[in-house]
Amino acid sequence: MESSGDDVARIRREIQALKDEKACIEQKISVLEAQLQETASLAPQLQQNGDVCNGSCPPITAVGANMAHGLSADSIYRYSRHLLLPSFGVQAQSNLLKSSILVVGAGGLGSPALLYLAACGVGRLGVVDHDVVELNNMHRQVIHTEAYIGQPKVKSAAAACRAINSTIQIVEHKEALRTSNALEILSRYDIIIDATDNAPSRYMISDCCVVLGKPLVSGAALGLEGQLTVYNYKGGPCYRCLFPTPPPTTACQRCSDSGVLGVVPGIIGCLQALEAIKMASAVGEPLSGRMLLFDALSARIRIVKIRGRSVQCEVCGENTTFNQQQFKDFDYEKFTQSPLSTSPPKLKLLAPDSRITSKEYKGRIVAGEAHVLVDVRPEHHYRIVSIPKSLNIPLASLEARLSEISAALKQEQEQEGTGSGANLYVICRRGNDSQRAVQYLHNKGFNLAKDIVGGLESWVHDVDPNFPMY
Amino acid sequence: MQLTLEFGGGLELLCESVKVHNVNVDLPKGAEKLTMRDLLSWVRTNLIKERPEMFMKGESVRPGVLVLVNDCDWELSGQLDTTLEEKDVVVFISTLHGG
Repeated sequence: MESSGDDVARIRREIQALKDEKACIEQKISVLEAQLQETASLAPQLQQNGDVCNGSCPPITAVGANMAHGLSADSIYRYSRHLLLPSFGVQAQSNLLKSSILVVGAGGLGSPALLYLAACGVGRLGVVDHDVVELNNMHRQVIHTEAYIGQPKVKSAAAACRAINSTIQIVEHKEALRTSNALEILSRYDIIIDATDNAPSRYMISDCCVVLGKPLVSGAALGLEGQLTVYNYKGGPCYRCLFPTPPPTTACQRCSDSGVLGVVPGIIGCLQALEAIKMASAVGEPLSGRMLLFDALSARIRIVKIRGRSVQCEVCGENTTFNQQQFKDFDYEKFTQSPLSTSPPKLKLLAPDSRITSKEYKGRIVAGEAHVLVDVRPEHHYRIVSIPKSLNIPLASLEARLSEISAALKQEQEQEGTGSGANLYVICRRGNDSQRAVQYLHNKGFNLAKDIVGGLESWVHDVDPNFPMY
Repeated sequence: MQLTLEFGGGLELLCESVKVHNVNVDLPKGAEKLTMRDLLSWVRTNLIKERPEMFMKGESVRPGVLVLVNDCDWELSGQLDTTLEEKDVVVFISTLHGG
């Protein structure tokens, strides 16, 4: 038994060693591919120069013009303003052209990051996203255009990048990043940019970067604030060193719920591109061990010192055993109690007889049924659009305003002159808060309360397609 | 002791959406210094108006909240045992995930 246990350990070690070797080889391939790309773009340029000169003057070759850095004439012209910077120059540009950067997420952060990375001449630029372009993305996801609505973000982003710079390699990863594909995708790049929008993705990408030894530029934006730092860079902390325990799900707000001023992720995304460019070109001092906090409303940027690598960190600490296999098996959705996709949760708190569909509700209005419709969305949502004659009592203040519901029911009952009493319906944006509210109302003796399944979203979908949705 | 407290990343919503608070915190009875442990308990009593569980867990802040004393992570100054001085600036910031 003992010897077979030893065998298992030995085989595991061998597998790990081979995998490390594989990652190393893939890294070498990436570098060579970038070089090949560079050489290939050089060749037609030389040919063109020859044509222009009509053979009367000697073609300018890299050797003849003493260009040991290997930049083509076209590259020199395109990136001339970089080359003119004493602290950047040909060496940094040449490093950039040989580098590879992956942007995870082509949304509010990824949009400006990708545009600048393509423009500046990153040799190979990858983009991962599984989503499609929507109209409500346009105000901040500036890489996409209206013509691409309904099409994959990766396709739209790649087209925009190619339109800016046709000389670099753009790689499209039209898939959701998962533990099953993350190692394979991330291992093909030197630097990773986290431009995602949810907690489990942030843990997953950071862990994957630790396992693969890649620096990670992490940015986030919500409302009117943004945050930025570089993880896992030359012995610096990883995401888990800072946040060993995931926050409660109620603390993880989404842009689709809480809103975001478009330019805020734009600024953070630009800064992410900047940090990646600095590392790829080997200039300056990356934002590692420090964090940038941006407050748009008060126009303040604060850069604070954060802790270094934690020796107790479960992923990058001293005694960690976290490896590629453990990464693949790790359940990030369970760990953070939230889904990797950004789709909002669909609660099922109520029994079917405590719910009605939006179509059924429409039928009751048409039939002239005595009822009160309570809209439990926050007040600033209600101000955007609401169903006529609904009563706005936000979920947060429901407890304090129960008497208003009683009064409204009584009034309705008297007006309609029904003996059986008025019905009570509750609606919200998507049909989650309305269930919470109905659950609460049942406990408070409003036994007839029913929620409208799917909220205003279903109202738009099934009853009134002209009702504005946000 | 005069302190400036700042809340960000959504934590300001727990104290009536006010981000910056200039406060005067008394030393606990018989104590010679004010620690972050004392300050957290003071904040919890005097500033947090709703959902205290979104700010604290046990005697410390909840997971996902960074605490900065004079622009420096409190992990580097002793966390709950950090001693505060007159005019210190303490920032509580919730980590963001959006993009």
